[in-house]
Amino acid sequence: MSGILKIALKLLVNDRSKFIALLVGITFAVFLMIMMMSMFSGILSRSSASVYNIGAKIWVMDPAVNNATSSIPMPDYVLSKTRSIDGVKYAVPIYFGNALVKLKSGAYQAVSVVGLDDATLYGRPELIEGKIEDIYAESAFFVVKDAEFKKLENPVIGTEFEINDHRGLVVGLAKVASGGLFGIPTVYTTYNRAITYIPSMRFTTSYVLIEPKSEADIPFIQQQVKKLGYQALTRDQFVGKISDFYTYQTGMGMNVLMMTAISFIVGLSISGQTFYTFILENMERFGALKAIGAKGHELIAMILFQASFTALLGYGIGVGLASGLMILAKLRLPSYAAQVTYFNLTFAFVMVLIMAGVSSYIGIRKVLQIQPFDIFRG
Amino acid sequence: MGKVAIKANALIKWFGEGETKTTAVKSASFEANFGELLYIVGPSGSGKTTLLSMISGILKPNEGNVLVEGKDIWKMKSDDIADLRLHKIGFVFQDYHLFPRLTTVENVAIPLILKKMDWNEAIKVAMEYLDIVGLKDRAQLPPVKLSGGEQQRVAIARAIAGKPDILIFDEPTASLDGDTGKKIVEFIKTKILNPDRCVIIVTHDSRIYEFADSIMKMEDGKITAFERNTLQYV
Ligand SMILES: Nc1ncnc2c1ncn2[C@@H]1O[C@H](COP(=O)(O)OP(=O)(O)O)[C@@H](O)[C@H]1O
Ligand SMILES: [Mg+2]
Repeated sequence: MSGILKIALKLLVNDRSKFIALLVGITFAVFLMIMMMSMFSGILSRSSASVYNIGAKIWVMDPAVNNATSSIPMPDYVLSKTRSIDGVKYAVPIYFGNALVKLKSGAYQAVSVVGLDDATLYGRPELIEGKIEDIYAESAFFVVKDAEFKKLENPVIGTEFEINDHRGLVVGLAKVASGGLFGIPTVYTTYNRAITYIPSMRFTTSYVLIEPKSEADIPFIQQQVKKLGYQALTRDQFVGKISDFYTYQTGMGMNVLMMTAISFIVGLSISGQTFYTFILENMERFGALKAIGAKGHELIAMILFQASFTALLGYGIGVGLASGLMILAKLRLPSYAAQVTYFNLTFAFVMVLIMAGVSSYIGIRKVLQIQPFDIFRG
Repeated sequence: MGKVAIKANALIKWFGEGETKTTAVKSASFEANFGELLYIVGPSGSGKTTLLSMISGILKPNEGNVLVEGKDIWKMKSDDIADLRLHKIGFVFQDYHLFPRLTTVENVAIPLILKKMDWNEAIKVAMEYLDIVGLKDRAQLPPVKLSGGEQQRVAIARAIAGKPDILIFDEPTASLDGDTGKKIVEFIKTKILNPDRCVIIVTHDSRIYEFADSIMKMEDGKITAFERNTLQYV
């Protein structure tokens, strides 16, 4: 490190109380921003969990659907029509629904039921225990072993339960990539069993899942499905649609945006204000350096260094605190929905850079105005 | 008497405009030589600090010019003037302007660090200068822990650490008691002044006149007297 920056660092760090105030301001802002955004990211990614877990390339749905688990059933002809679209390798139905199960202990528990196409089992989960063929056995269900699993009283293969007055039998345990948002366990069975066991409306197909012959066929398929009055979305488009719904239609995005903006403003005003006071109190020092022979660009480097050093340190501590808190929360609450994404980290980083930038700008303007003569005169 | 260190020609400086215009220095010309301890004396407000600032590259005159070792400094770019101050001139400010958040030795090292000397090397050299002013054992203390006279010596060590050709002191004894002030100037005269160095001291402390080689008097912005080799008359 060049000597002049070392002087800058000592001037900053040795001013304990002000340095701590600066750090607290930035740390606080980073912490709040990361917490808010991570919670939001967590919720968004959970909200699309089913879409990721099923893994289909194209989803056909009613255009009014904005959330994977609250589907709007479609008539059966949608399936047969999509099967005859050019470029469709195959198309299968899938069922998404909710049901109440009565457990051995007599307790009731809501579950999310996924019904896989009987012929292909397209969208099947990875199994931890049991064989996939067993799904065809009488009353067979696979239970997903996720954070919600214990709400079903930790079933094993052979455990029985009641589902809408039908017998249910656990034939295996499955694993999925991402847990859901709603805090209820998930079970898999066949499409036909699902629609028989769960009372439904006239229409039963929640989604039609399509495997296209090639990526290039996707636009044509989408266009043809649109002609039917339905919507075909790629996985990413569907995830985007769900995220948009939570972000814009539920007010959640707005709240997060406001909280983030408030954290930023509070952080900026604490750190900007403190840094400004710090510069003012050190005007004499900067003036003396100038009189001795420091050049303008060297003073600018000192201030930029002081501001960015504090900003980066505060950023580090803030990210550390937020991650620590999230790890703690996850230990206590396995389904705690928060995730630190690169976007969040980058966004908070940019915000911190802005704080440092604004603070240094004010400081630099002040310091460049100093006349060494005023220092000289005392 | 050595070569000319500083030559001031018809320097004029005023502050403000119209009603509030005050002319602090009214056409001042003089020379200061190497090997010379020059005093600038005169009542408060007579323009001493203003004149000192113009000859040391801190304040630009409205009229006239300043030659430092033959170079017209106010024709130079501001970064070059900063370099001239850094390399040729050492300052001891009236109220020292030591850095309270740095240790005493780090304070002394500042001009060396500004000259891009490596940090550890600068601290080592600064230590030697602290030794010269007799404050080696105070090196790691913050300057506020030192007495007024000691702080003055730290300021002197800082001014000479960069080995300047010209040393400028503005009222170095103003805030010191008589004995301490006298000791400081005696120290400057015997240890700091040498044939290759010019030392200019602004003061209105008549107790220390005995050390001067030359005395220049100022009154109301004008140089009213210049006596060379005053020592001969003491
Ligand atoms: N920045 C300034 N603005 C206005 N007037 C000034 C300024 N600096 C000095 N003066 C005026 O110039 C005159 C000389 O000041 P100065 O050089 O500080 O005197 P001295 O050092 O002899 O006490 C004084 O009248 C002072 O008020
Ligand atoms: Mg003065």
